[in-house]
Amino acid sequence: MPLARLIPCLDVAHGRVVKGVSFVGLRDVGDPVELARHYSEGGADELVLLDIAATPEETATLTEVVERVADVVTIPFTVGGGIRSVADATRVIEAGADRVSLNSAALADPGLVTRVAERFGSQAVVVAIDAGDEVVHTHGGRVATSVGVVAWAKEAAVRGAGEILLTSIRQDGRRSGYDLELTRRVREAIDVPVIASGGAGSARHVADALAVADAALVASIVHEDPGGLGALREAVVACGARLREVVR
Amino acid sequence: MSVVVVDYGAGNTRSVLAALAHLGAGGVVTSDTHAIGSADLVILPGVGSARSAMVHLRETGASGALVDRVREGGATLGICLGLQLALARSAEDGGVEGLGLAPGEVVRLTSERVPRLGWCVVEPWDDTYYFAHSYVARSDAAVAWAEGEVAAVRAGSFLGVQFHPEKSGPAGLAFLERCL
Repeated sequence: MPLARLIPCLDVAHGRVVKGVSFVGLRDVGDPVELARHYSEGGADELVLLDIAATPEETATLTEVVERVADVVTIPFTVGGGIRSVADATRVIEAGADRVSLNSAALADPGLVTRVAERFGSQAVVVAIDAGDEVVHTHGGRVATSVGVVAWAKEAAVRGAGEILLTSIRQDGRRSGYDLELTRRVREAIDVPVIASGGAGSARHVADALAVADAALVASIVHEDPGGLGALREAVVACGARLREVVR
Repeated sequence: MSVVVVDYGAGNTRSVLAALAHLGAGGVVTSDTHAIGSADLVILPGVGSARSAMVHLRETGASGALVDRVREGGATLGICLGLQLALARSAEDGGVEGLGLAPGEVVRLTSERVPRLGWCVVEPWDDTYYFAHSYVARSDAAVAWAEGEVAAVRAGSFLGVQFHPEKSGPAGLAFLERCL
């Protein structure tokens, strides 16, 4: 197994990084390009940029942000939010993203996962699942579906997803720990890697997530103290997780 | 120092250019056969599927230019799919004939979780690089490994790496600087 990954997530709206609690009450936490550069230099293993405002008017803004991020980071990054077609995926990958994250559009049209995977390879396709307890939610967590979280993760993997980004809506932004039980069940049901997301409040939480997942997403905990990423990594390793040694 | 990054339609050439820029070097993205023949260093990057990449390389004539270049001793670096395309054949997409720049073939990974995504220590170099792949090389020309799988292949003036130096932070940039 590769080393575990610590992945800062930048939720972007109207060109700025924002963060809320359980997907609401968003506040501005910074400039996406500056934060991306900071985390890349500070020892992040990967980055995720999610355009949470994703509307047609936002498309051009996001593409420009992706291009500027690609020019300053030296680690892989995934871009999601509003990707509804192979053409959308192509646009962000050509702008410099390594991987795309598909969410609502994949649930509405699971063939989209396959089409993007055939074009760019499974390693470039992340399917993001916003889990409201047992069922998948769409449209930024606002719409509950009748689709089970584990069932959708399994189908997404069969369709060509190379990784599942599993966010617990209940835990998101609350800093009280990841939903370990759900993460474990999803990972046991599939044979592609899983990124745990939602709930990081301490190094112990992150290490616990990495015991049941291949990677852990962090947002509030690092945005509050962007200079503290290195210290967080050391604390996570002290809790027993296997992270790479960061060379400076 | 002139660097050509081979364009085959699906490669993430922007990341390679960005990494070169971090090192103060420039690169030209092209599939032009003359440019491939005359550059000081040619980089064959990699994202996408083996079949569509080979079709594109053949249509543009880049495949022949790469074979001639390596035969004549021109320094050539293959990254990820760029390494896999350089071998004799790949099991991807139902079987694809490669460029034959180095001996060996490409098979599906059999590890616990595929694709293999993340950072692995490469031996005997003792550096940590980023990997993202579902297929892997089997080659007598392997010169480095990660977790028992081939991480690099060298044959004459061709060096292919399974990892992404352009996405491997300072260690990756140091690797690319040595290639320049």
